[in-house]
Amino acid sequence: MSENQNPQGHDLTRHDGDGTVARTDRFADPGVPEHHPRLADTDPRAAKRNERIIAILFAISCLGTIGSLVAYFAVRPDGTTPGVRLSTVLLGVALAISLFGIGFAAVHWAKTLMSSKEYVEERHSSSSSEEVREVVQQQFKDGLEDSGIARRPVLKGAVFSALALFPLAIAVPLVSSVGGDWNVGKFRNTIWRKGMRLAYDPSGRPIKASDVTVGSVAHVIPDVPAEERETHEWITEKAKAVVLLVRLDPRDLKRDHREGASYDGIVAYSKICTHVGCPVALYEQQTHHLLCPCHQSTFDVADGAKVVFGPAKRPLPQLPITVDDEGYLMAEDDFNEPVGPSYWERLK
Amino acid sequence: MSTTTTSPTAEPTTVIGKSADYLDQRTKIGVLTKQLVRKVFPDHWSFMLGEIALFSFVVLLISGVFLAMFFDPSMALTTHHGAPATMDGQLMSVAFSSTLDMSFEVRGGLLMRQIHHWSALIFVAGIVVHMMRVFFTGAFRKPRELNWLVGTLLMILSLAAGFSGYSLPDDVLSGNGLRITDGVIKSIPIIGSYLSYFVFGGEFPGEHIIPRLFTVHILLVPALILALIGVHLFLMVLNKHTQYPGGGRTDRNVVGYPAVPAFATKMGGNFFIIFGVLALMGGTMAINNVWNYGPYDPSPVSAGAQPDWYMLFLEGSLRLMPGQAEIVTWGDYTLSLNILVPAVIIPGLLFTFLFVYPFVEAKVTGDHREHHVLDRPRNVPARTGLGVAFLTAFVILALAGSNDLIATHFALSINTITWVFRILFFVGPVFAYWITKRICLGLQRKDRELVLHGHETGRIVRFANGEYIEVHRPLDEQERWLRVNYEARQPLAIEPATDSRGVKRKGYKKDKRWQKLSRFFYEDRVEPVTPAELAAAHAHGEHDELEPAHDTPELVSGSGTVEREH
Repeated sequence: MSENQNPQGHDLTRHDGDGTVARTDRFADPGVPEHHPRLADTDPRAAKRNERIIAILFAISCLGTIGSLVAYFAVRPDGTTPGVRLSTVLLGVALAISLFGIGFAAVHWAKTLMSSKEYVEERHSSSSSEEVREVVQQQFKDGLEDSGIARRPVLKGAVFSALALFPLAIAVPLVSSVGGDWNVGKFRNTIWRKGMRLAYDPSGRPIKASDVTVGSVAHVIPDVPAEERETHEWITEKAKAVVLLVRLDPRDLKRDHREGASYDGIVAYSKICTHVGCPVALYEQQTHHLLCPCHQSTFDVADGAKVVFGPAKRPLPQLPITVDDEGYLMAEDDFNEPVGPSYWERLK
Repeated sequence: MSTTTTSPTAEPTTVIGKSADYLDQRTKIGVLTKQLVRKVFPDHWSFMLGEIALFSFVVLLISGVFLAMFFDPSMALTTHHGAPATMDGQLMSVAFSSTLDMSFEVRGGLLMRQIHHWSALIFVAGIVVHMMRVFFTGAFRKPRELNWLVGTLLMILSLAAGFSGYSLPDDVLSGNGLRITDGVIKSIPIIGSYLSYFVFGGEFPGEHIIPRLFTVHILLVPALILALIGVHLFLMVLNKHTQYPGGGRTDRNVVGYPAVPAFATKMGGNFFIIFGVLALMGGTMAINNVWNYGPYDPSPVSAGAQPDWYMLFLEGSLRLMPGQAEIVTWGDYTLSLNILVPAVIIPGLLFTFLFVYPFVEAKVTGDHREHHVLDRPRNVPARTGLGVAFLTAFVILALAGSNDLIATHFALSINTITWVFRILFFVGPVFAYWITKRICLGLQRKDRELVLHGHETGRIVRFANGEYIEVHRPLDEQERWLRVNYEARQPLAIEPATDSRGVKRKGYKKDKRWQKLSRFFYEDRVEPVTPAELAAAHAHGEHDELEPAHDTPELVSGSGTVEREH
């Protein structure tokens, strides 16, 4: 390590990166720029002033820490959002002051009072020398020789087989258990059955066809007992079974994909986007368009929920509906295709 | 420096001396310390960007330990009791309930949650900006290619850390994020359905995903990140830090300040300042108020929801792809290219570019030397252009991820915006490349201009014969050195197709392809001023510094690509 030295001087034959003699049609390196002392290096009063500033910054940090303790014990959040916010702001600001004090003090100290002298250190090649490489090669050769593996090919095969196989003892139990029952056929069906009533989400109240006015839209779940809706299985079932119900003027319906799938202008489509599975929730009455808020796939409810824009390809699956004797809307069957995003064996 | 390297002859007397002696007698730690204590580090503000990432990670660990004390990663259903009033009595997962409790019941809990979330955003941002610095200055060149790979892996891991953490509270937004993930997983050909079962332990959402993500988030990913940070810093110390060009800075030395005291003090101070900024953000800027969204329910979704910023590019990519790309292959199998391309292939290409770039550049440069002096971005126009093109693609995708907000905010049609972004994704990067390269070449010419003619002083002098000139002040040698000390790289020269006897050479076609790529990189270049050119410029006349620029051939094009003759 040498101080402020100009390593090559000013002659025109200098060395560049890979140690070859540089072309002389290049400028010469002027060397490390001259070191300029700072005010605090030459003026003791400036140095003293900086010392005071640094001490004050550390003191501010101490005050910040004390302030944070005061905030912790004095401000008890009362469980309301404003109460929690107040406590959070006070604790956060006090912590920030405590940290800033230390940070700025340290940086100011380093920048004004610690030596600003630049040093030059030599670099050495990143690779090891030829001699070292030879020694290492020889060592590996010797090691291989000592192991005798070259002369005993059976052992070579045996050791690699054993090493390659043993992870299976851990991987097989892990992988086979981690996917549950691996029954991916479950994607195919939902809990909708013939005769199952349509109910409002989240109240669970069955929907009377006469209550649905033209132009209105309802978020629908299957009508199952309330206690069943408090299990985890329900969330997984609901993730496939949610339906969006819209009543259109029957004259607006452009075509009907399945005979009897709709009832008097009331259509029910899966709410799970055929793109990547977000709930399709934004209905625009004027255009009969249904928009997925995640990636803006747009479906035309009046036209079999076919895609009119965006990254989805397939129409939303339709839930065939009718009314029962009491006038409640009910499913005629499950969806006739898997709901939600496409997957490899969807059509199988 | 001397307290840690004790000699057996001098018995230490101080406490520090005695401890150092004790430690050294058992570990030889003196040898290591000798290397580090006064190790020289170059100084530049941009070398601090990596520290932002590193120190944000430390803050993530500190705040994360706090949160882990109160978070319960269970998807069992429970009825929430207590604050906030809107959630009291609601059925929700234990994970969500404990998130509410740590925000409302644990004093300082919300502060730690918000610090943790902001730190995660800053952590990824710090990594990305640090990578930009490394890329644009060519710090990834030999011998640091390996460290670039480690850094790129760290960047990907930081995305994994952020994503797995975002999903833990089990609120409506994170649940929908997981649902999108499930949709993307299912799009993978052949194994998609099984992979979905693998991740969720059955059908989405099931009861396993939160505990699994918790393990990933607090054990797997942070352990990998910590290990790779170790490798990253070890390689940094081993290779010694790069330095910006300037007087006395060469590829064989390192000019800067010793680690102890100034450098270490600044670094330590920087940690406290970054922590302070994060504490201030966590204290005053609300983020992810999950109690406003409610517990996860597969039915509701809110419009205008955005993922954390580093996921926006994936979201935007998904939004831009037209649905027609979903196809049914032979045998009635569904190939969801409308998801596969934007969510798997595009990010795959972006990451691949990052992984292979240093090796491609070395190949087209024909460069096997070590580089420790950084490039000024203008001096490698093609690289700078490619970097800006990459960022342009990334930013366009991220903006596309906010197309609904742009639509509502500026009252525009979302379909139009989507189409504009679809086109911009292809046109934008090309245009960005072209304009960046032109700007770089322009800046290089300006450097030449400055070196040859000096600074304009604004002083107009009239001579006795009536001639007016503006006086130019020549550059001092440090200013000049900065502008002439670079190498204008040339396209590769390759061996001819046939040898002297007319026999076809093996590998010629491959060489030719590399040469083509090399031309793309280095065909347009501006050579640095040579002393002869400077002398010639001065020889035009003692006072006349205003000779026309076309005197000197500045922009060289095409030459140097000819094949060597025998």
